[in-house]
Amino acid sequence: MQTRFSAEQLRDPHLAASEKAIRTCVHCGFCNATCPTYALLGDELDGPRGRIMLMKDMLENQRTPSAETVKHIDRCLSCLSCKTTCPSGVDYMHLVDHSRAWIEQRYERPWIDRMLRGLLAGLLPYPRRFRFALAMGRLFSPLVGLLPNIGFLKSLRAMLELSRAPTGAVREGIIAAPTVRKARVAFLEGCAEPVLQPNIQQAATRLFARMGIEVVPAPGQGCCGALVHHLGKEARSLAFARANVDAWSRVIDDGGLDAIVITASGCGTSLKDYGFMLRNEPAYAARAAKVSTLARDVSEVLAAHELPAVTNPSGLIVAYHAACSLQHGQGVREAPRRLLTEAGFQLRDIAESHLCCGSAGVYNILQPDLAEALRERKQNALAAVAPQVVATGNIGCLTQLSRGKAPAPVVHTVELLDWATGGPEPEGLSRRT
Amino acid sequence: MSLRMPAPDPAVLSARAEVIKGLRRILENDGVIGDDESLIAYESDGLTAYRQLPLAVALPRTTQQVAQILRFCRERGVKVVARGAGTSLSGGALPLADGVILGLSRFNRVLDIDLENRVVVAQPGVTNLGITEAVKKHGFYYAPDPSSQIACSIGGNVAENSGGVHCLKYGLTTNNVLGVELVTMDGEILRLGGKTLDAPGYDLLGIINGSEGMLGVITEVTVRILPRPQHARAALLGFPSVEAAGQCVADIIGGGIVPAGMEMMDRLATLAAEEFLHVGYPLDVEAVLIVEADGIDAECDHVLALVNDIATKNGAVFSRLSNSEDERLRFWAGRKSAFPAVGRLSPDYYCMDGTIPRGRLAHVLQRMNEMSERYGLRVANVFHAGDGNLHPLILYNANEPGQLERAEAFGAEILRLCVEVGGVLTGEHGVGVEKRDLMPEMFSEIDLAQQMRVKCAFDPEGLLNPGKVFPQLHRCAELGRVHVHAGRVAHPELPRF
Repeated sequence: MQTRFSAEQLRDPHLAASEKAIRTCVHCGFCNATCPTYALLGDELDGPRGRIMLMKDMLENQRTPSAETVKHIDRCLSCLSCKTTCPSGVDYMHLVDHSRAWIEQRYERPWIDRMLRGLLAGLLPYPRRFRFALAMGRLFSPLVGLLPNIGFLKSLRAMLELSRAPTGAVREGIIAAPTVRKARVAFLEGCAEPVLQPNIQQAATRLFARMGIEVVPAPGQGCCGALVHHLGKEARSLAFARANVDAWSRVIDDGGLDAIVITASGCGTSLKDYGFMLRNEPAYAARAAKVSTLARDVSEVLAAHELPAVTNPSGLIVAYHAACSLQHGQGVREAPRRLLTEAGFQLRDIAESHLCCGSAGVYNILQPDLAEALRERKQNALAAVAPQVVATGNIGCLTQLSRGKAPAPVVHTVELLDWATGGPEPEGLSRRT
Repeated sequence: MSLRMPAPDPAVLSARAEVIKGLRRILENDGVIGDDESLIAYESDGLTAYRQLPLAVALPRTTQQVAQILRFCRERGVKVVARGAGTSLSGGALPLADGVILGLSRFNRVLDIDLENRVVVAQPGVTNLGITEAVKKHGFYYAPDPSSQIACSIGGNVAENSGGVHCLKYGLTTNNVLGVELVTMDGEILRLGGKTLDAPGYDLLGIINGSEGMLGVITEVTVRILPRPQHARAALLGFPSVEAAGQCVADIIGGGIVPAGMEMMDRLATLAAEEFLHVGYPLDVEAVLIVEADGIDAECDHVLALVNDIATKNGAVFSRLSNSEDERLRFWAGRKSAFPAVGRLSPDYYCMDGTIPRGRLAHVLQRMNEMSERYGLRVANVFHAGDGNLHPLILYNANEPGQLERAEAFGAEILRLCVEVGGVLTGEHGVGVEKRDLMPEMFSEIDLAQQMRVKCAFDPEGLLNPGKVFPQLHRCAELGRVHVHAGRVAHPELPRF
């Protein structure tokens, strides 16, 4: 598609990358067909092709966008379903990331919106603050029903509902030293997942120990930065990325690493992008690229090795919910499905498996109406296959799909794999049955 | 843009705010877009060479709203361009500066699955693939399958009489549509056809198929569905020259075989599709042919054995049969995404859509190669080989001054060539604006006037999608037909004889 960027504009590496993405788009409209918000709203402005036009216009003309433009870009889940569908290979992810940062720098949001976004950015990436906030939230959560379900209060309700999600005990440092070492890996310990579901990485650790994969700690790491990144807070996301690159580089230099394992696929997409995010920083570019090449979703690591013997084949009917970050962001589609089948579960395919569940980081708080519509749509698709358990690879989806009318308990894929190969029954399952 | 469109009506342009207000009243504030910054998303369809911001966009949800909008626009003399999924490659939904885009994207529900009558009733915004998806679990499918079937809407398919890779055996849209609900410009809701193969009276449905949004706005479509064939297998064949592949196609058809689909891609198109989906297409050949047989198992085997013999005789150097349903679908998936996948090779392309007698394929290809050199623009070829429908994609760079104009001239020359060898201007993408000015190459003034009279019968003021299809705008009165509406003669200022 034709663009009109000046030579001077194109000297800015961010604009140059965006221009290239826009140039690749041929306006075929295939992306609209698999876009969740286009499915719900039926407006070109709420599909990727229309958003590309809005972003093109904004960036080309160096425009401070109107509230309308911001509304439509905000509605994008960054689920990247469009990326999977796009035949011409438009780099939508980096284009929308760049646009979010552009908006954040130039557009003044209403104060209540700024406050909400500031609150989320200040709490969620920090486990201790998040834990405290959850405790506070729980105190107030009985009041949820009293809040009118409109405007900003809707977001507040969504936040308070999140605090009702069960949390686990504070996790000890992860260390496991198997007898035969097939690989040496470190976890991205993450921020929200260890607070909400510490059992996920515990299950992965047990599974790794059984498989002879050594897990080493990587002190100094923090949130992957995805959350603030998707809020357009670029400087902060880069700061998280640099700190993490430093932390893993120390481990890489001291004994090497075969993989950096991510159990929350939303974070995985972010880690795999560090190489791009820090490409213009000489002090970090090479090391960030290394981290990105080592980043693996836990299912990828498991699929690359042999699963331990299945000692407890439950035969449960599992509906697998593919997290967007895993299926679209990282292109990991078959590994989790194959592993679940190998571990003796009966896998059921669900309709519209390409669609997002509405979680999408903090989207469910910022866009509660759309998030809820998508959750219900997803839960209906899940319910249609009458599963006994729902498996997914991302804490966001797990929390989202456990809310409202969940057709079955929702657990992480590794919890089921751990259970089938000698681990304890997933807490999520026992809680429900 | 070098394309001339009807001059905007200054009275309508200056009444823009009122038009938007009126639309908002009808749609209760939900689904009217009126600011230029947002309208940019609607400035073109799949043909990006031509762009125009519309006056406004309206996204109704009900037939009643469509009728109200049309009535409102007619009263105010506002032009209306209907738009489905905006995937047209001929600019069928190109906006007008003084026209409202009437988007049917919110008409996205399947209304009735009637297996006993083997029909589906769907709203026009349902995607082509969406119909098949809706009946898949019952073992049925909707046969016409344009390559954009994932995204294109069934309403748009009717408007353009879309084809697809399986139309060789199963017919175009017109052969698979049984009925429509249509709203005319004066807000009248018509139902044409129904659930049966033929309806009494004139075959008005026949003129709605392919009417390119000029007769009315389709608000419901009834289509035939077919039981899925027991078996379907596809052969992937590679040839050292496009001519050899073309001869193979001619020999297959000449041999009395009607494959379920027969598609050809040249090296450039194959490369683009392979890069996107990694199908396993051979990349060291000049042409790839996909031939599908369907029916009972023995029939598939028999047909494909015959095809394989013919291919070998024509010098095929690569031959592979699909071994699973998954593999067969992958053979097609690459082909179906070939157009946009060409976006990997070139920032812009201009997709042509001419049809020629199959026997002239080699000649036409050779002439196109000469033109390609003369214009200095690459061309990637994708053909519905079985029915002689060519889709040369002219690759150009819109950021380079002069390239679009060269691409346009190149395209026009290709289409003239199609007519010259006994073919036609369009196979399945419609005329739109893309082939509008070439219509006289094919039709005489008398032919065109006759076609316009049909439009005048439905839309005497010429408010529905004007500027498309016909190279010259005539007012209906000039065509010698006196239309009397509500006791008033239209255009009393025009002399009558």
